[in-house]
Amino acid sequence: MAIQHEGLAKEFEWVTRPGEQKHIGESIEKTDALMQEMAYQLIIGSNTEVDRLTKEALDSGYSANQVLDDGLLNGMAIVGVKFRDNVIFVPEVLVSARAMKAGMAHLEPILSASGVEPIGTVIMGTVKGDLHDIGKNLCIMMLRGSGFVVHDIGVDSAPEDFVDAVEEHDAQLVGMSALLTTTMPNMGRTISYFEDMGLREDVRMMVGGAPVTQEFADEMGADGYGENAVECVDKAKELLELLKELKA
Amino acid sequence: MTSGSTDQARKGLLERLADGDLLVFDGATGSYLQANGLEPGGCPELMNIESPEIITNMARQYFEAGSDMVLTNTFGANRIGLKRYDLEDSTREINIKAVENARAGAPSDGLVIGSIGPLGGLLEPLGDIPEDAAFDALVEQATALEEGGADGVMIETQIALEETLLGIKAAKEHTSLPVMATMVFDKGPRGYFTMMGVTPERAVEELEGAGADVVGTNCGNGIERMVEIATLMRAVTDGYLAVQSNAGIPKLVKGENCYPETPEFMAEGYRKLADLPVNVLGGCCGTTAAHIRALVDAVKPRAAAV
Repeated sequence: MAIQHEGLAKEFEWVTRPGEQKHIGESIEKTDALMQEMAYQLIIGSNTEVDRLTKEALDSGYSANQVLDDGLLNGMAIVGVKFRDNVIFVPEVLVSARAMKAGMAHLEPILSASGVEPIGTVIMGTVKGDLHDIGKNLCIMMLRGSGFVVHDIGVDSAPEDFVDAVEEHDAQLVGMSALLTTTMPNMGRTISYFEDMGLREDVRMMVGGAPVTQEFADEMGADGYGENAVECVDKAKELLELLKELKA
Repeated sequence: MTSGSTDQARKGLLERLADGDLLVFDGATGSYLQANGLEPGGCPELMNIESPEIITNMARQYFEAGSDMVLTNTFGANRIGLKRYDLEDSTREINIKAVENARAGAPSDGLVIGSIGPLGGLLEPLGDIPEDAAFDALVEQATALEEGGADGVMIETQIALEETLLGIKAAKEHTSLPVMATMVFDKGPRGYFTMMGVTPERAVEELEGAGADVVGTNCGNGIERMVEIATLMRAVTDGYLAVQSNAGIPKLVKGENCYPETPEFMAEGYRKLADLPVNVLGGCCGTTAAHIRALVDAVKPRAAAV
């Protein structure tokens, strides 16, 4: 079986890793023309079309979950791959994110009323002394697009802010961002603070940002590092699984 | 090297480049300031007013190490950035003081270049900074730097073309200063791009097209990648190029940043950059006076002993 929608089939050509071809390809192939059109409009970043198609789908009897999984998330998966592989950059991702948001505006009230459990709760923030948030916001958008509940504590967040947010929202994951090499060590200090407060075992801590490397993440004792917003989501899912196994 | 030149006789940036001088810039500012009293989360630009002697000493140590020119401590000193510290009403004063502080540490022929960093957000429609507000902020900073007596401005560490071009336009239309412009590139699976998707070649074309007198790259990479980026840039222009390299990507050692590239290691790359040629060479994050000394030794013919 092939992807029926011509535009979407063309976009799918950007997916070149065999595992992803299989995973994303199978997920798209089982969807109909309307859902494929929605995925396509999300990729090209048309928020008016995504808005319109989402309404149309819900009115004609598609479930909110179906629209999310078969339309929006399939589109987002390709956006993620294109971003990681340098086919598109921050501007294009932000435009697709806006389209995603337009669709989610219709879906969220239905999804939250249906009481579906989110796959996990994440606290995201830029560490103390650092005011940069483009990368963090991209990660938040991709996490939300993948079904996580995300609480954004913003920029210049002290270790105490992260701990307070984790306690308030009962989060399992913490994501810290830094752009400045001078503020990067504050990630390590935040991790130490979780240790001091006796909370380190309850959460998994991820780090990211332009100057951050895997080596750096290991050195400061982080549980996960992602080079970009797609890896952030992969890492979040992986850490959540490990945490569940551990608690089981 | 000429000596005994007076202030009035100080040769300008473009004049020196036209004479074929390879100009050496300074090293890092942020890490120097942190080592000298800047609190984490503090406003670095406020030190121009509260601790001017530290800023002057920083300039002096770089000039003593052999820098021909230094950047002012005004990376984030625009109205939009300073608002985060409730300091937006001090924008002019901070920029003027910053030039004066650097000048106080400069020899008579030393150049002081006004640093203009990113505004810290994205322009509309992608972000929430209206274009006219961005332009006004950039004009305000550039004119304040000129008023303070800067020998040029440098729109630096940029990722977005729109904002960089706006900065060049602001400086070109509202000051008579030479304008330098640099962007930060990441190496991805398909080569070098800024976060917003600008290649080094496109950056050269667009920045020069907007009237920048010197274009190039700073920050984000160690010296080996800087050689790769500068090679791409040199292939598409005969104009003046500038490179300010990080001392590699920092590693965490005992909770503190440690930059891996030694002055000797970087000197090798600076030699390659000088051969391209790149016309202005300096350091960014992690570089120290020792790196500048090694850079000068590597690329400048030794002055005859007197």
